[in-house]
Amino acid sequence: MSAKETLLSPLFKNNPIALQILGVCSALAVTTKLETSLVMAMAVTLVIMFSNFFVSLIRNFIPSSIRIIVQMTIIASLVILADQLLKAYMYDISKGLSVYVGLIITNCIVMGRAEGFAMKNGPIASLLDGIGNGFGYGIVLIFVGFFRELFGTGKLLGYTILNPINDGGWYVPNGLMVLAPSAFFLIGIFIWIIRTVDKSQVEEE
Amino acid sequence: MFEHHLNILIKSIFIENMALGFFLGMCTFLAVSKKVKTALGLGVAVIVVQVITVPANNLIYNYLLKDGALYWAGMPEVDLSFLGLISYIGVIAAMVQILEMILDKYFPALHSALGIFLPLITVNCAILGGSLFMVQRNYNFAESVTYGFGSGIGWALAIMALAGIREKLTYANPPDGLRGLGLTFITVGLMSIGFLAFSGIQL
Repeated sequence: MSAKETLLSPLFKNNPIALQILGVCSALAVTTKLETSLVMAMAVTLVIMFSNFFVSLIRNFIPSSIRIIVQMTIIASLVILADQLLKAYMYDISKGLSVYVGLIITNCIVMGRAEGFAMKNGPIASLLDGIGNGFGYGIVLIFVGFFRELFGTGKLLGYTILNPINDGGWYVPNGLMVLAPSAFFLIGIFIWIIRTVDKSQVEEE
Repeated sequence: MFEHHLNILIKSIFIENMALGFFLGMCTFLAVSKKVKTALGLGVAVIVVQVITVPANNLIYNYLLKDGALYWAGMPEVDLSFLGLISYIGVIAAMVQILEMILDKYFPALHSALGIFLPLITVNCAILGGSLFMVQRNYNFAESVTYGFGSGIGWALAIMALAGIREKLTYANPPDGLRGLGLTFITVGLMSIGFLAFSGIQL
């Protein structure tokens, strides 16, 4: 695979959430606001990038029987780093993300890419794969976060777009969008759109 | 006392359901829910691991990691709570490994029934999430046992319900792009609305 393909194919063609069913948990829970979605997407991208890079660097020295634990340790150290950075510089957002920053450790995208790609490829290719998958994950998060915040509260990133009726405007906020289930519907619709455009992803009966 | 624990139990099973309320353990939840039988196996495995790891992590947090927790060792000013994540995941990985060995030796029937699901559980976020929520809510040891049990049951209940629905859905005829994963997401969304009905309950 060329470098460009490694970087771009996870965006739509092989999207981690929509096709590989990886990393769904956090995608659903942090998307009530666009801001938290962006921060989460950034944190996950950084973690995948570096975990892929480091795992790939030492891939020839890891005995296969303990590889899961080695990968876990690398990932956990990176996640702790991300968690501490968020707590130090973006305390409010870090509170909003609650336990989900810590849960990046068990985010299967990170594990899945370390195991599925970084163990077999060189450091630079792995780094690109990490960025690509991080963005693929980020696209879904931003898609869901955008619609949930816009239709749930009429705001985007805290700025009022649709003036809600409570403040004398005209827009009646859709309460369902703030609640958890809407994320499922939105991701379901996202998958539907992708698979309508790219027929090869449709599942066989 | 008993009432308090019953509250935690009911709250963790229905009101704050791990899968449908907090979206934890979603990857396995969506991937391994095609048949009721396998869903049952995975559900039982999650309950067992959850009951063991949440209290174990509770002890570790309270006696090793918490701010001032090392008072008994003569180091009252040490705060190791930043090591939380890596210790919890270590405990979980170790527990799953030990559990697998014990089951293999003493309960081979159960071991072969759970099979591949045990290792899968290490990366199931419901397990790590259980430990993190336990820390966030400051449960004591007894409460953490109840919470671990309840949250495990809740997750098992949810995956079995989903598997039941998906077995029926194989007879449905959805649009091509929705078949499989897309439809499953929407089903889970509807189930999650069902569970929202519990959310008004005050205990």
